[in-house]
Amino acid sequence: MFEHDILIVGAGLAGLRAAVEGVKNGMNVAVVSKVHPVRSHSNAAQGGINAPLTDRGDDWEGHAYDTIKGSDFLADQDAVEVMSKEAGDAVIELERMGVIFTRGEDGKLGTRAFGGQKVARTFFVGAITGSALLHVLYEQSLKLGLNVYEEWFVTKLIIEDGVCRGVIAYDMKNGELHTIKAKAVIMASGGNGRVFEPSTQALICTGDGIALAYKAGVPLMDMEMIQYHPTTLARTGILLSEAARGEGAYLLNSNGERFMKKYAPDYMELASRDVVSRSEQTEIDEGRGINGNVHLDLRHLGRDFIEKRLGYLQEVSLEFLGIDMAENPVPVRPGMHYIMGGIKTDINGLTEIPGLYAAGECANVSVHGANRLGANSLLDTVVFGRRSAEHALEYVKSVRPNSKSEDDLKLEKKRLQAILDRPKGENIAKVREDMAVNMTKGIGVWRDQESIEGALENLKNTKQRLPNISVEDKGKFFNTNLIFALELEFMVDNAEAIIHGAITRKESRGAHYRTDMPDRDDENWLKHTLVYYDINNENNVRVETSPVTITKWEPVKRVY
Amino acid sequence: MNVNLKVKRFDPADSTGGSWWQEYNIDIHQDSTVLDALIHVREYEDTSLALRCACRASICGSCGMKVNGSAKLVCKTRIVGVSPNGEQITVEPMGNQPVIKDLVVSLDTFFNQVKRVEPYMQPDFIPDSGEYIASNESMENLLTAMNCIMCGCCVSDCTVLEVDDNFIGPAALAKAWRFVDDPRDSKKKDRLKDLNYEDGGIWDCTRCMQCVEVCPKGVNPMERIMELRDQAIEIGFTNTNGARHAEAVYGDVGHSGWLDELRLPIKTFGMFNFKELIKLIPIGIKSQLVGKRPPIFHKSIPGVENIRKIFERYKN
Repeated sequence: MFEHDILIVGAGLAGLRAAVEGVKNGMNVAVVSKVHPVRSHSNAAQGGINAPLTDRGDDWEGHAYDTIKGSDFLADQDAVEVMSKEAGDAVIELERMGVIFTRGEDGKLGTRAFGGQKVARTFFVGAITGSALLHVLYEQSLKLGLNVYEEWFVTKLIIEDGVCRGVIAYDMKNGELHTIKAKAVIMASGGNGRVFEPSTQALICTGDGIALAYKAGVPLMDMEMIQYHPTTLARTGILLSEAARGEGAYLLNSNGERFMKKYAPDYMELASRDVVSRSEQTEIDEGRGINGNVHLDLRHLGRDFIEKRLGYLQEVSLEFLGIDMAENPVPVRPGMHYIMGGIKTDINGLTEIPGLYAAGECANVSVHGANRLGANSLLDTVVFGRRSAEHALEYVKSVRPNSKSEDDLKLEKKRLQAILDRPKGENIAKVREDMAVNMTKGIGVWRDQESIEGALENLKNTKQRLPNISVEDKGKFFNTNLIFALELEFMVDNAEAIIHGAITRKESRGAHYRTDMPDRDDENWLKHTLVYYDINNENNVRVETSPVTITKWEPVKRVY
Repeated sequence: MNVNLKVKRFDPADSTGGSWWQEYNIDIHQDSTVLDALIHVREYEDTSLALRCACRASICGSCGMKVNGSAKLVCKTRIVGVSPNGEQITVEPMGNQPVIKDLVVSLDTFFNQVKRVEPYMQPDFIPDSGEYIASNESMENLLTAMNCIMCGCCVSDCTVLEVDDNFIGPAALAKAWRFVDDPRDSKKKDRLKDLNYEDGGIWDCTRCMQCVEVCPKGVNPMERIMELRDQAIEIGFTNTNGARHAEAVYGDVGHSGWLDELRLPIKTFGMFNFKELIKLIPIGIKSQLVGKRPPIFHKSIPGVENIRKIFERYKN
């Protein structure tokens, strides 16, 4: 058995930022992650990180309001206030740790424009901001001697007397299952993009932490809020950053028109992501697309500029499409990118279970509401990663020591062995793909009662197939076959919560656009959906709602 | 499109302890990458095949492997590029790192090298408010090295690491360069001193260019190592075989137009460094036997004045 004060699940930006805070304060901290820290999906954030810096003449209220408007007024305004107020310090801190942010003439940090905001307040490193931040936080973790359980897969949360007390984790390198006890656990395990097909997200984004918390009894909030990013590559779903449009790229339809002038005359290509994605889909659906895509045109920016400021985008376009952005427009379309919903937490990352925290994409604080602004996700990870650790530091001081119970370990060993012992049955990849394709169909850019019910029907089928999936690899060493079986179970839990969130919300708001109920309904639905795992209910699901926190910005009609 | 893959397998639980080659024939979309093909195998043909992959977009660094003998990120390696006429594609785990299973290698080798260079910024002051002030040029300069995603391809194909596992290695040295050239870092001199004098440091690179060749992100580790050498000499760390060797080559060529190979080792190791010089005796004898004896009297080559002119111009 291993023991720590604070155990963090996930080694992306939220996890590492939390860990750094804990170690700096002298706590016994460890991180457990199914991949090496620098492989985490925070890497994939390209465009930048938002912060209203006062010495640039910006103010936190401006950023907060843009965020709240972007969220279609579903974000909790107290949480947004915290994020906007702490953003400046968070970015400066990252710079001081060593991030090589792009600078202006004066040697200070430079900015670029990003969607849903009139002020250019996005700080960036070329088009590899997430990667640059992640590697610097990893450097800090090496400096501090952080203990990382690399390539360990968490299978279960240990909950004793309603309090979170650690995890059961599987060492992928040798197939051993272990108990890791901790006085506090911070879930920082990222998103669940693999529930959909295609998705911009990495193959590792299977919503593990979201499902672990859900099964432990924590509500998942606003899970119907799935972000479709306006510029992804067809077939593979690979992302092309909003930074392209931030730097001035156009979106064109088959007539060569900048069609955004019809939908968002003021913000044009830099309207909120949900708005741009729907506009693109409308163009495509009405026959003005180009083989199911629209064009992203950067040609007028010039080769030098593209290579300097958007080098990684050019690399992706060349490598994966064979298209030189400086010469030709790139075909793009909306693709599943991010989940605004997640594990419900308060502004300190605390969930409804004492000792269990969540931060980053797996959490819902909620700062993104019904639609996240680009470059707010990196901000979310570092602000709430740090806050979770800060709160946990105090919490663990007053917690009684952990028990020595290994009961959960015994149960988990049995459960995993039973999966390995199953006779040959359904293929895991096939079951996942059937589910994911249907999720995209049912919970897409557009949705309605029929499509959501279709997704639910399909999920029932997936759940029936789930006990029959088989693991053919019986080995102990790097048995990814077994890991995929466990991940698929997590993904099914995620899908369930997403569908129930979607079927509950009877309005259109942000990313949740129902063609059968196209209007926002503040009277009845200015509230969060909460999905609980509940074995006493039908489908083991219970849905509740809770009010949205409004501090100073009353909801108004959202126009870009 | 039909693809024929030949994959090197290894199972640590196999009592015979060996590795074996396994062939897979699959049908896959024509725009697919080698990673797409391997994933297809893992999902539908042979679920026991182990490999690492995550982002599919050449940013996470998980999927370094050898394709047709040289290290590549398989997510950005298109099948048509390595098998234009449907040739068989061989896939092996990366080199110079112990294999855990199939295409999965231990990460310890790579990250232990990185840890050796104190890979974090060490400034000597904290600004009273706001960020460190630094020119954009100085930051853009670091971007090449910051593009490193730690995939391990350069370490895999490094010819020095093949024979000397104490070499810090290309990726870690590129990382070291990133701090040496960062105007905010205060340890430039200490870092250069360590890299210069440490066993396995910057002078162990043989400039074979393999790392430049295989790096999927344009980091050019060898270039970074050469810059570290220049800076170390500039700062006055010249008491190394490497620095003396560089100095001797420069002197010889500048003077006579070619290398005085008989005296080069003496200039490099020092006249009284008998320990190192004795080691060269077998090489000397072998050279004699195959008729590769350098001349005792070192004469200038014809047209040497032109070479001297080039040197003059370079100096000015």
